[in-house]
Amino acid sequence: MTATAVRTSTPAVTGRQTITFAKAITLGLRSVLADDPKTLVMGEDVGRLGGVFRVTDGLQAEFGEDRVVDSPLAESGIVGSAIGLALRGYRPVCEIQFDGFVFPAFDQITTQLSKMHYRSRGRVTVPVVIRIPFGGGIGAVEHHSESPEVLFAHTAGLRVVSPSTLQDAYDMIRAAVASPDPVIFFEPKGRYWSKGEVDLDAPPAPGILDTARVARTGDDVTLVAYGPSVQTALQAADALAAEGTSAEVVDLRAISPLDIPAVVASVRKTGRCVVVHEAPTVHGIGAEVASRVTEEAFHHLEAPVIRVGGFHAPYPVAKLEHHYLPSVDRVLDAVDRSLAY
Amino acid sequence: MSDQATGEQGLVQLLDPAGVRVETDQNAAYRERVAHLQPDHLRAMYRDMMLTRRFDDESTALQRQGELALFAQARGQEAAQVGSAYALAPQDYVFPSYREHGVLHVRGVDPVDRLRLFRGEDHGGWDPADHNAHLYALVLGSQVLHATGYAMGVQRDGLVGTGDPTRDTAVVAYFGDGTTSQGDVHEAMVFAAVNDAPVVFFLQNNQWAISEPTTRQAKVPLAHRGLGYGIPSVRVDGNDVLACYAVTLEALERAHSGGGPTLVEAFTYRMGAHTTSDDPTRYRDREEEERWRRRDPLDRLEAHLKATGAWDQAWWDGVEADAEALAERIRVETRELGAPPTSAMFEHVYATPHATVADEAAWQAEYETETEAAR
Ligand SMILES: Cc1ncc(C[n+]2csc(CCOP(=O)(O)OP(=O)(O)O)c2C)c(N)n1
Repeated sequence: MTATAVRTSTPAVTGRQTITFAKAITLGLRSVLADDPKTLVMGEDVGRLGGVFRVTDGLQAEFGEDRVVDSPLAESGIVGSAIGLALRGYRPVCEIQFDGFVFPAFDQITTQLSKMHYRSRGRVTVPVVIRIPFGGGIGAVEHHSESPEVLFAHTAGLRVVSPSTLQDAYDMIRAAVASPDPVIFFEPKGRYWSKGEVDLDAPPAPGILDTARVARTGDDVTLVAYGPSVQTALQAADALAAEGTSAEVVDLRAISPLDIPAVVASVRKTGRCVVVHEAPTVHGIGAEVASRVTEEAFHHLEAPVIRVGGFHAPYPVAKLEHHYLPSVDRVLDAVDRSLAY
Repeated sequence: MSDQATGEQGLVQLLDPAGVRVETDQNAAYRERVAHLQPDHLRAMYRDMMLTRRFDDESTALQRQGELALFAQARGQEAAQVGSAYALAPQDYVFPSYREHGVLHVRGVDPVDRLRLFRGEDHGGWDPADHNAHLYALVLGSQVLHATGYAMGVQRDGLVGTGDPTRDTAVVAYFGDGTTSQGDVHEAMVFAAVNDAPVVFFLQNNQWAISEPTTRQAKVPLAHRGLGYGIPSVRVDGNDVLACYAVTLEALERAHSGGGPTLVEAFTYRMGAHTTSDDPTRYRDREEEERWRRRDPLDRLEAHLKATGAWDQAWWDGVEADAEALAERIRVETRELGAPPTSAMFEHVYATPHATVADEAAWQAEYETETEAAR
C-alpha cells in the first residue's frame, strides 16, 4: 500500500472561478479530502482516469491511492465495503459509474446502508455518500440515462439530493460528505459540461441538503423541478414570460426530504403547479408533490397539479429520447392545460 | 450427491470424535498452537460451549411459549464458534450472521440483549463498540462485505503489521455454506484479496441451508473457493474446538501481520432445525443426524477432559449451576423486555432531523393522544 500522498502542485482553489459543473464537484471533493484525512473517494476508474466523467480528475495524484481508490468492478462490493469503512470511522464517497449500474448495489444501499443507524438505535452512523451520474439527453446507450431516484427516496434512512446549479454542486457535495447520514447524490450528467462561476470560499451550508430554492420568482404558475429538469423549467419560464405568463421555478434540490413548505408557499401565491422530472411520472416524485400540495394548499389551487415526466417504459433508445424527456414544449403544454381551468 | 462437496478430506483435526488427541505429520504446526493450553483453558472452553447450548435451549423454549417471534439455534456449532472466538485478540472485531450466539457469548454480549431482535423488541440489541462485535445480519452475505470494508479501515489506521500484539487488529466475518453462493461473498473475497485486508472469512459449513444441502451450493469443497481468489484456505473439523481455535489463530496471525485474508471452512453440522419455524424431518434423515450426534462437540471435549484427568466434579457442578442461573435470567428478563414506545419507530431513522420523519412522528403522536382521549 502507498501510505503517503504524493502532493503535486495544485491550481488555486479559492475565490470565484469560472469552471464546469463537473469541476465544481471535483473541487468540492478536493476540499473535503483536504480537510479530513478520514474522507475517501472510491469507485471504478476514479483514480488514474479520474472517473469516466473526470469528476475525480487529479484527486488521486494529489491524495494518493489509499484516499482515492480504484475499486474492483463490483458495485455491491463498493457500497458494502464503504459501509464497513464507515463503521470504522471513515467517510467514503462512492462513485457509481452510471445510473443503470447502481442496481447490483441496491441491496447494500436499501437493506444495509439505510438502516444501520436505526438498527443500532443511533449507536453507529454510516456517513457514506453515493454519487450517481443520472439522467438522459446525452445520446447514450441503454442503462446510461436512467433516473432511479424515487427508488431511494422511498427508503427511509437515505437522504436523496440532486444539485442543479454549479454553486449548489460545490456546496451540496461538501454538505453531503459532512452529513452523518448516508446521502445518495444524483449528479445531472447532462449538465457536467455547462460552465459558470462558483464561489469556492462559500461557507459550508448544511441546511442545503433539505431546503428547496426558488430559482426564479413568478406569480401565475409554479414549476417544480430538480436536477437536470430545473434547466428545462427555467427555459419554459423564459418562453412563458415572452407570452406574458409569469412562472415561478422551485428547485427542490432535495428529493428526500422534500421541502414541501417551500413548494406550498409558492403554490399559495400562484395557485397553479406543474411538476417536471425525467423519471417516469407513474408512482413518482411528481405524484408525491401533487398529493402533498393538494393536501396542504387545496383551497389555493386554481387547477389540478399536473405532472410532466418520463413514461412507464424502459428508457428509450437515444434516437427517441427527445420524445421521452420532458421538453420545454411539454412543460408549456402542461402550463396551458393548467391555465385553461 | 457429489462427495467432492461433502467429503471430509483434508480436515485439520486435533481431537477425534472419541476425544483422543490426534497426532499426524500434517497437524504438527497446529498442535504447537494449542500446546500452551492448560486444563483450565479447556474447561473454560467447555463451559462456554455448554452455556451457549443452554442459551439455545432456553431461547427455543421461550419461542415455544410465544415469548420470541423466532429463534435460530447454534446447537452442534459450539466448537466452531467458541473455538474461533477464543482465538480473537480483544481489539479484533467480529461481524456475525444470525446464528453466532457462541461467538457473541465469548465477546461478552449480554444474553438478554442477544434476544431483543428475536423478540421483536429491537433490530439490534447492543452497542457494537462495547464488544467489538457488530449486530446480527439477516440479509445473507451482507456482513461479509462490511467486515472486509472494516478491515480495509483497520489497514488504513495502520493497525496491521505493527508487531505489537495489543495493536495489530483483524476482523472476522461469520457466514454459512448457503451464503457462499451470494454475490456479496464473492465480492468481499475479491476486495479482501486485492487489498490484503486483515479479514478472516469464517465459514461454518453446517451442511444445510434451510432445506438445501451443500451440494446445491457447490461442486467442490467450499474452502476451494478461496483459492481462486488467492486467499489461503483451510478446512477444519468444526466440531473440534481445539482445531477451530488453532486454525483461527493461524488465520488471525496472518491478518495481524499484514498477510491478508484467510478462508476457514469449519466442517460442522446444524443439529437442530434451521430456526424454530423449520421442520428438518422434511428434508433430512435420522441416520444422518445420528451420525453427527456421535460427533457432538461437547461430548468430544468432555471425553477428552475425563480421559486426561482434567474433569473435576466440583467444577462441573459449578458449570451446571451457572447454566441454570443463565436460563433463569433469560426466562425472567426476556419477559420483562416489553414493547418500546411507539415513538421509538421514528427515532434514529436519520442522525440529523428529517422533515418527513418529524412530520409523521408528530402526526402519529397526535393521533395516539386523540384516540387515547376518545377511549
Ligand atoms: C439474501 C437472503 N436470501 C434469503 C434469505 C432467507 N434465508 C435465511 S437463512 C437461509 C439459509 C442460509 O443458509 P447458510 O448460509 O448455510 O447458513 P445457516 O443458516 O446454515 O447457518 C435463507 C435462505 C436471507 N436471509 N437472505
